[in-house]
Amino acid sequence: MTGTIVEFDRVGLRYGTGAEVLRDLDFRLSEGGFYFLTGPSGAGKTSLLKLLYLAQRPTRGRMSLFGDELSHAARDALPAYRRRIGVVFQDFRLVRHLSAFDNVALPLRISGKSEEEIEGPVREMLAWVGLADRASARPPTLSGGEQQRVAIARAVIARPDLIIADEPTGNVDAAMAERILHLLTAMNRLGTTVIVATHDVGLIAATPGAQLIRLEKGVLVDPTGALKHPPAMPRMGRTS
Amino acid sequence: MNQLFATDAEKRLIPSSGMRGPVPLLIAIMTFVIVVVAAAGFALSNTSSVVKAGVENRYSIQISDGASKAPAAIAAARRMPEISRVEQVAPEDLRRTLERWLGPSASDADLPMPAIVDVDLRPGANAANVKKAIESAVPGARFIAHRTSLEPLLKALQGLTLLALGLVLLIALASAAAIILAARGALDTHRATIDVMHGIGAEDQQLVRLFVRQIAIDALSGGVAGAAAAGLVIALIIGGAGYATLLSGTPPLDWNDALLLLLLPIAIALLATQVARGALMKALRERL
Repeated sequence: MTGTIVEFDRVGLRYGTGAEVLRDLDFRLSEGGFYFLTGPSGAGKTSLLKLLYLAQRPTRGRMSLFGDELSHAARDALPAYRRRIGVVFQDFRLVRHLSAFDNVALPLRISGKSEEEIEGPVREMLAWVGLADRASARPPTLSGGEQQRVAIARAVIARPDLIIADEPTGNVDAAMAERILHLLTAMNRLGTTVIVATHDVGLIAATPGAQLIRLEKGVLVDPTGALKHPPAMPRMGRTS
Repeated sequence: MNQLFATDAEKRLIPSSGMRGPVPLLIAIMTFVIVVVAAAGFALSNTSSVVKAGVENRYSIQISDGASKAPAAIAAARRMPEISRVEQVAPEDLRRTLERWLGPSASDADLPMPAIVDVDLRPGANAANVKKAIESAVPGARFIAHRTSLEPLLKALQGLTLLALGLVLLIALASAAAIILAARGALDTHRATIDVMHGIGAEDQQLVRLFVRQIAIDALSGGVAGAAAAGLVIALIIGGAGYATLLSGTPPLDWNDALLLLLLPIAIALLATQVARGALMKALRERL
């Protein structure tokens, strides 16, 4: 039996005094599930992702992550939750003056790992995304695809419980897209919940068993009710 | 002190070249001014104390027709156990003083000269009783405390000391404001890095530590440089002119003062660090 990792209860979001960009979002995501977030440009996908990776608070409704209600959680409590989330930003958000190695190592350093504990996993992860020989390169000297791979490596290095990826295959070739999808599904099989915002129909088609979250004009389109009452998904236990 | 130490990885996160800017120079100048003003304040306070102590128990007996009554006044004063020293001001000295106002006619033998007898009371002596006894023994005599005539000077010295203290506090306040601006500027410069680290789960304390470390180093290096320059200037003034020594008869700064002045750059570095920490925490709390 799987638990609920994300629960939105009539969540709304507006920026400042503008109109609501998200309205009455009412859904639950299962722990260990694989979800694609789709919808036309301006539908509110990025805003929903911001709520999920705790960069925004909902302006109304209740939002729970990892079983805890976080809509009104104390600010000091949020970093601990953020460390359980790996995010691949569409614009990568790498630290420009740090090497690829240091960018990937950042989540481990923030969580207090020693340099000895960091070295091996980071080298391994860089090798996995095909950047072993670019470990000391800084983001401005990397191509868009290479930067995206560094961003993905940074998102997954700390083995988060939830991975949120915004167009993770947008800047890579087909072969690398396949590799990235393989990495995400492998992590999902180990119990990590994955949410991928994408327009890539091929990516969705290549992921059997994944569920769709579709947003249109800030409203969730869920005609089957599967997101409100998600089916239990089989998952493998996590390895340490 | 652990704020001064960081791992290589932490140092790479916030490159110091983007952080330092004019902060060390600013703190060096502020420290220089604070130390010089504080030294001046100490010197004024010490001079005031010396002058005050010098006249604390000193009084004058003024007698208008001095020639006839001065011996009686001196005799009466010497009989009193409360008085430890009795000394008449020489008539020649009085004439020389009067020449400043009267010119050569002050030397005229017909000019009636007052007599002035300086006396020192023993510590704890009751000046009112002595005054009463002197004035009854020598009718027409006036018993005057030297402190009264020096009161305006002492008040001026006290005012200048307070002014120096006020200036030190004011400059410290200005330094704190400059540190706040520098800290917030540094935060803006590294906003992208901070946003990434926040998003990954960094706590405010972790971020603040990165910045405070650099500010602590800047404040300490600037403070030491400023204090060294101030020390040199103070040494030149005291050693070269020796103005306060001439005025009060003692060195204007003692070892306690020197120790306090040496502690000032450390205090300034601590102030800068704490102010920066507070400003950074406040700025970070404005974000989610």
